Amino acid sequence: MTEFHTERALDEGQAPAFYLTEEHHPEGSTMLGFWLYLMSDCLIFAVLFATHAVLGRNYAAGPSPADLFDLPLVAVNTSMLLFSSITYGFAMLAMERYEKKATLTWMAVTALFGIAFVGLEFYEFAHLLHEGAGPQRSAFLSSFFTLVGTHGLHVTAGIVWMFVLMAQVAKRGLIPENKRRLMCLSMFWHFLDVVWIGVFSFVYLMGVLG
Amino acid sequence: MSTHAPSHEDAFEAHHGHSHGHDAGHGTLKSYATGFVLSVILTAIPFWLVMADILDSAVLTAAIIMALGAVQIVVHMIFFLHMNTRSEGGWTMMALIFTILLVAIALSGSLWVMHHLNTNMMPMSPEMMKNMP
Repeated sequence: MTEFHTERALDEGQAPAFYLTEEHHPEGSTMLGFWLYLMSDCLIFAVLFATHAVLGRNYAAGPSPADLFDLPLVAVNTSMLLFSSITYGFAMLAMERYEKKATLTWMAVTALFGIAFVGLEFYEFAHLLHEGAGPQRSAFLSSFFTLVGTHGLHVTAGIVWMFVLMAQVAKRGLIPENKRRLMCLSMFWHFLDVVWIGVFSFVYLMGVLG
Repeated sequence: MSTHAPSHEDAFEAHHGHSHGHDAGHGTLKSYATGFVLSVILTAIPFWLVMADILDSAVLTAAIIMALGAVQIVVHMIFFLHMNTRSEGGWTMMALIFTILLVAIALSGSLWVMHHLNTNMMPMSPEMMKNMP
């Protein structure tokens, strides 16, 4: 049963406190529900991958992947995401040992790797736009920006979520609610790394291959 | 708020016969390290194949890239997402299999339909192309 503290506080003539108390959720349902959300997200990416598979060779006499993509940059980008996956794993291990400080530190490291990833992606996009290879140039670039941009948007949301949870953990500690939230973010973060495997293999490497 | 020590959870889950969601967070330093090392190797090989232009055949290189990508996805699923047939009483695995089925239909169906659409289009001359809206 959840209830707003505000309501009760107002009845008793106290100053309202704007937060929600929740009972300890049965965690099984939360994790399964979150997994189902990830699977629905997986379908979004599958459709975007299918679109890119269909349109990815339609250059409209414009630049092709071999002209545009900077593979060393993509390799650095990929390693940022891979490092962020292992550091989030370390945060989860610290959480299991109830080490609040270590958990927060590893989360901060993960967030920094995530920011580096999004930053490099922004740099890449800015570079492409500067060369006149924006999403409106060809069907290939439209599907490229949609697919890679959607993934980047997910990572950005994950970083925001990371900072929110860092504040939660710093304030309330490693209580069961926060552990549950951290595990959901863990699944989200590792899932994005899985999607990126598809992106670098299919979009970048196969694209450059021609 | 009761917090039980991690060592109790396995016995707790074994007793109840179903997971309480802790599976998703359960990994060991060894499993994370194994997953990381495998991922680095599985990422490095395809990048190396393309960047150093190792193989003459583009088709063979593409096949290797896709195969290694598929293996790496499985590695991430096992070592980072802790997928197994037991978590949530098998429901996560069921959801995963269902999703893979849908993804396979969406991908192969799109490619099949669009490929046939392209090959069965009326031939178009460059002049017709120029006058297209």
